[in-house]
Amino acid sequence: MTGERRQILGFIIFAAMVLAAPLFLKGNYLLNVLVFVGINTMLAVALNLLLGYAGQISLGHAAFFGMGAYISGIITTRFSIDPFLIIILAAFCAGALAFIIGFPILKLKGHYLAMATLGFGIIMYIIFNETVDFTGGPSGLPGIPNLHIGSLVFDNDWNNYYLVWIFTLAVMLLSINLFQSRIGRALRAIHDSEVAARVMGVNSRILKVQIFAVSAVISAVAGSLYAHIMTFIAPASFGFNFSVELLTMVVVGGLGNIYGSFLGAAILTMLPEFLRVFQDFDIVIYGLMLILMTMFMPGGLVGGMQKITEFIVAKMKKIEDKDAQA
Amino acid sequence: MLRLNGITKMFGGLTALEDVSFSVNEGSITGIIGPNGAGKTTLFNIVTGLYTQTAGEVYLNEKNISFSNTEKLAKLGLVRTFQNVELFGQMTVLENVMVGLHIRSSSGIFSCAFKLPGHHKEEKIIREKSMEWLKFTGMADLADMKAGNLPFGKGRLLEISRALAAQPRVILMDEPAAGLNTRETDELALLIRKIRETGITVTLVEHDMDLVMDICDSVVVLNLGKKLAEGTPRQIQENPQVISAYLGES
Repeated sequence: MTGERRQILGFIIFAAMVLAAPLFLKGNYLLNVLVFVGINTMLAVALNLLLGYAGQISLGHAAFFGMGAYISGIITTRFSIDPFLIIILAAFCAGALAFIIGFPILKLKGHYLAMATLGFGIIMYIIFNETVDFTGGPSGLPGIPNLHIGSLVFDNDWNNYYLVWIFTLAVMLLSINLFQSRIGRALRAIHDSEVAARVMGVNSRILKVQIFAVSAVISAVAGSLYAHIMTFIAPASFGFNFSVELLTMVVVGGLGNIYGSFLGAAILTMLPEFLRVFQDFDIVIYGLMLILMTMFMPGGLVGGMQKITEFIVAKMKKIEDKDAQA
Repeated sequence: MLRLNGITKMFGGLTALEDVSFSVNEGSITGIIGPNGAGKTTLFNIVTGLYTQTAGEVYLNEKNISFSNTEKLAKLGLVRTFQNVELFGQMTVLENVMVGLHIRSSSGIFSCAFKLPGHHKEEKIIREKSMEWLKFTGMADLADMKAGNLPFGKGRLLEISRALAAQPRVILMDEPAAGLNTRETDELALLIRKIRETGITVTLVEHDMDLVMDICDSVVVLNLGKKLAEGTPRQIQENPQVISAYLGES
């Protein structure tokens, strides 16, 4: 029980820091960046449920993100329906699609699953690009209205920050809860040894599809929020490159670790901003960092930090022992 | 309890098993022995639904389970362990056993994520029962260790603990003594007897003859995919066909 209590306390501290951050950043452009850190965290956590918990790769997750954005964008620019209802509709559509394609493709393993999800992502990208009458095609879909609750319109960084982060924190909390539960354990069991999980009665086929659908739903919600915040969307944001970037966030942060997904999303979102001083060399440094990270921190940032603390604690103990002997 | 009727398995043109029939009595310890390549593990894979047989049926308590999938068989009370120990390496020892109780609990994905009231109570029961099984196999002090860091012998015990947590009626063990030292094998023999005392039927594939002759009530001998003999350990030891199969005479 103490472990559970520590976990709750950890989350409360994290949430308090997130919610307090804007008070110190008023009028700062960093606040705008942090809005996108929030959206990317939500996406990274969604992918982490699939990749870090259940051990199933997806190279097409940007497609669900795009689906949420386009369903919200297309409907709210044409009809005056409460956009929050459309978010629910978009989430439902993405979940249903994931459920339908999940049964055949999640039977595949390893590289084949990667190829299948990659194919799915590309097909969706082509749809975003080619159905010009609905999506506006490559030139994008402008004029998406901001979200509003009554007279409160989410049209500045301050409002959007809280809008996004309330969703993100909720997704993080639910994912943390899931980790240490019957379903979370079953998913992690599938990750480690699918055959043993099945022998223990875990229905891996249905469970994999379920978590794929949940992951798609979260991604679609992130997409809808993104569309309403940006008020303009174009297919380039939902292509293969972004799917890979999401994957990188999860891996850099640490597989299976929800706070790791936040760290990964934060670093990959903010790094390009900080690397601007290097001008054309920024992409080189970016690539170099990723290579070094995967080489020396295979457990991701969170795993790496745990190792470093363990190392320091062990060193300190050694010094203490020596002092005691002397 | 468990009855196999005319099991045949072909891999392409190769006949791995041919017309194998035998039954396992409730509450017994039954050993399946035979030289390498006799088809013992294939037989286990068919019984647990990982392979589909070419012909024949498997019955559990006279219910035909021939084409039930692996997940369903666990629910019906049939679980197994693996020759090369299949643990959930990234999870703790306790969590591994808790997965064993998956089929004896019912919280769904939303109940787990939102921590609905029923979930908390169920989680507590799962944890307590899992600890009991770890005590049963003498592994309680290792509960918080990562399963991937366990030495081989302990890993095997953990696999058995996890299988027991599923409250099976029959447990199938694929070479439980492989890779164990003499002391560990003796402890395993004691544990298998203890498992039988709780009312669980044990079936094992094993190469360690001393262990099989020591603990089994009944022994089935396979050779080149066919049943060669069946009987008590003493009958098997005296069977000339079995002796020649093992010594390579013909």
